[in-house]
Amino acid sequence: MQRLSVCVFLMFASLWTCNGVSAFNMKKGVSDVSNSVYDLHMTMFFICICIGVIVYGFMFYAMIKHRKSKGAKASNFHENAFIEIVWTTIPFLILIAISIPATHTLIKIYNQDDSEIDIKITAYQWKWQYEYLGEGVSFFSNLQTPKEEIVGIRKKNPNYLLEVDNPLIIPVDKKVRFLVTSSDVIHSWFMPDFAIKRDAIPGFINEIWTKVKYIGTYRGQCAELCGKDHAYMPIVVEAKSQQEFDSWIKNKKIEAKKERELASKKWSKQELMTRGEATYKKICAACHQPNGKGSPPVFPALDGAAIVKDKDKIAHHIDIVTHGIKGTAMQAFIHQLSLVDIAAVITYERNAWGNKTGDVIYPQDINNYIKTGKYQPQNK
Amino acid sequence: MEANTHLQSEPHGPPSGIMRWILTTNHKDIGTMYLIFSLIMFFVGGAMSMVIRAELFQPGLQIVEPEFFNQMTTLHGLIMVFGAIMPAGVGLANWMLPLMIGAPDMAMPRLNNWSFWLLPFAAIMLVSTLFMEGGGPNFGWTFYAPLSTTYAPPSTTYFIFAVHILGISSIMGAINIIATILNLRAPNLTMMKLPLFAWTWLITSYLLIAVMPVLAGAVTMMLFDIHFGTSFFNAAGGGDPVLFQHIFWFFGHPEVYIIILPAFGIVSSIIPTFSRKRLFGYSAMVWATASIAFLSLIVWAHHMFTVGMPLTGELFFMLATMLIAVPTGVKVFNWTATMFRGSISFETPMLFASAFLVLFTMAGFSGLMLSIAPANMQYHDTYFVVGHFHYVLVPGALFSVFAAVYYWLPKWTGYMYDEILGKVHFWLSFIGVNVTFFPMHFVGLAGMPRRIPDYALQFADFNAISSVGGFLFGVTQLLFVFIIIKCVKGGKKASAKYWDGAHGLEWSVPSPAPYHTFVRPPEIEEDKDYF
Repeated sequence: MQRLSVCVFLMFASLWTCNGVSAFNMKKGVSDVSNSVYDLHMTMFFICICIGVIVYGFMFYAMIKHRKSKGAKASNFHENAFIEIVWTTIPFLILIAISIPATHTLIKIYNQDDSEIDIKITAYQWKWQYEYLGEGVSFFSNLQTPKEEIVGIRKKNPNYLLEVDNPLIIPVDKKVRFLVTSSDVIHSWFMPDFAIKRDAIPGFINEIWTKVKYIGTYRGQCAELCGKDHAYMPIVVEAKSQQEFDSWIKNKKIEAKKERELASKKWSKQELMTRGEATYKKICAACHQPNGKGSPPVFPALDGAAIVKDKDKIAHHIDIVTHGIKGTAMQAFIHQLSLVDIAAVITYERNAWGNKTGDVIYPQDINNYIKTGKYQPQNK
Repeated sequence: MEANTHLQSEPHGPPSGIMRWILTTNHKDIGTMYLIFSLIMFFVGGAMSMVIRAELFQPGLQIVEPEFFNQMTTLHGLIMVFGAIMPAGVGLANWMLPLMIGAPDMAMPRLNNWSFWLLPFAAIMLVSTLFMEGGGPNFGWTFYAPLSTTYAPPSTTYFIFAVHILGISSIMGAINIIATILNLRAPNLTMMKLPLFAWTWLITSYLLIAVMPVLAGAVTMMLFDIHFGTSFFNAAGGGDPVLFQHIFWFFGHPEVYIIILPAFGIVSSIIPTFSRKRLFGYSAMVWATASIAFLSLIVWAHHMFTVGMPLTGELFFMLATMLIAVPTGVKVFNWTATMFRGSISFETPMLFASAFLVLFTMAGFSGLMLSIAPANMQYHDTYFVVGHFHYVLVPGALFSVFAAVYYWLPKWTGYMYDEILGKVHFWLSFIGVNVTFFPMHFVGLAGMPRRIPDYALQFADFNAISSVGGFLFGVTQLLFVFIIIKCVKGGKKASAKYWDGAHGLEWSVPSPAPYHTFVRPPEIEEDKDYF
């Protein structure tokens, strides 16, 4: 009994004093909602401790005092309607008391009105796409931790598995609405600092919002098992001042414009190969592996595959990359990648590893294929 | 009751050799087979959890690839639920229900044989998927579509078939138990005189019949989506991935109570025996069990607070879930009141039952916290949930099975088990369970998602502790096997009623219980208290 109460006390004390910033407890977070969720959590915890002290008190008292070895004689009572009613009613009243603040917070979470920025979040196996609606800005956010750290060749950095190449940027003190969906399996966008966890479900768009109070970098992870690399799709959000946010999004718009212009540029094979290799590593290698061997039967090999090697199957190859294969894990990349990237990655696949076909596919070819459904090589 | 012993006639003994076990219709043989099967599966599923804990000992990938890790978490869950805990419960029901209600056997002995013999084949099929091309099921034991349909390995079809067979076995077992309890009670053994173990199994059986067909429906729709071009769960074809979750959890939530209600029954038998005092509030216990079973059917979507249900849906499922705390609390209070001012001794079954009481109550607390929908946004799919349900299933369901085995083992074998070894088994298991699962609450609150083979550095210390606890718990279970074998081989002779505080018809037959018992129903005197 004493040991237990000391344990409980220590646990409780440690939770209380660290005030939400610890490896023990829920984060207090940086929004009003996350603060109310935290308060709700601590209230529940406190209520459980109180009930626990009473219930465990009786239990351990009986276990220690009413032992046969201590000469305890058994009483004969075994029924009491009054006490049954009492210990049915009291928990019921406690529950009603709890349900009031819980309902209040829930209603707050569900108030989607008056958002100032809308961001569409699309989950892919195993990355996130962020699209600033109405701004024409959209990008992918991939894990940045190098493989060497994961397999233990190199020392792990402090943000191990919680770092991405392109974080989501939002302004502070603005109501930001997230529209969460998925292009393949179910994922879940989980950001502990905002008390947000919303499932990304194919065919559904879920709404959730936040209003971040402090400038800073916040880290989370996918929370719903989504296949092989579920552990490797982190979420990083940078909350910036309105000014910094504005200049960031302005730069992003200029970048996006340049990217669109690239499609009409003349590309050399070497340029396409370099760009293709980078895209392949970022997008394709998770399933088809960096060496193109895949992991059959779910993820087929590309190295030596007929579709990738045969000249007369180029159209088929383009079709698979752009439109995917229904009923399999192969996605349609037409909306995920630019024409340049699709051309580059196909060129790369047809020339990398043992596939030395010499074929070069240009962005214009992809554009034609999408429009006409035919592959007519440009003789450049 | 001593006058009854002359009724334990032996018209014929069991046939010998392997055919005895294959053809048997005897509830004791079938109960034994269920229990042995469950023990084997417990070690198969346990070995998988050891792989999981070994990989999670440190951050980074050390031992297995993520693909294999996912197969381990999936099969660990499926095997422990369908292969270990559920068959253990059915095995105990087979052995003890006829003895408790004064029946000569189960109501449908041939059906009983069949429902057992389906299990090994289903289990072999399930485990064999690991060796198939593309690996075994890797989508978690909840097998959410479309990860389990469009994106699943080819072996999924075998998994579906295995689930179908397991479901058929469970439904037949449940029908048999209901028929036995309702029809084969000794004369004058009215329903409100039944031991609680019979009551909890009766209610559990109804739950099984209610929800196993729903599970079968879910996997059949998966089968159609995979092979026959339907789009039940495929959004691109007009289907609905969330529908899968509703169907799954309509089965999945009552499943939790299918596992835990028999455990309640066991504990309700053991605590009065070792407190030498009648169970407090018998009728309240029966009503609490029935209310828990009813509520379990209307709370399924509390597993889905993050899927984007409308506000009213969230509210309903939150409030209904919170209500479960009331009847569950009543049970805990009644058990405590049973011990209060009793004359308690702590033999191994009582140790496990007391640990059940203490630790299951803790699982109840974390469950109450989880029921609060806004806070669930933070808890959901983190290790907080893993900690919570392992407290329900390991010190809850599993400890109650351990308690039951120690409690009735002398009745089955005729010999007392080694009390000292039993206590060592208890204390090592008790320490192991808490060291393994308690830190999971902390890493979960700090935000560690479940089902990941690799994690951020701030979770490292607690995971290392969990792994050490897991290995301790795993190794300790070998001792359990040793204790059982030792007890089967011999030891101190057990009398008919070897626990001085025990009550009930099972104590009126000699130990070991003869092959045929209650060939003629025992006499139950109208006004005498048996339980």
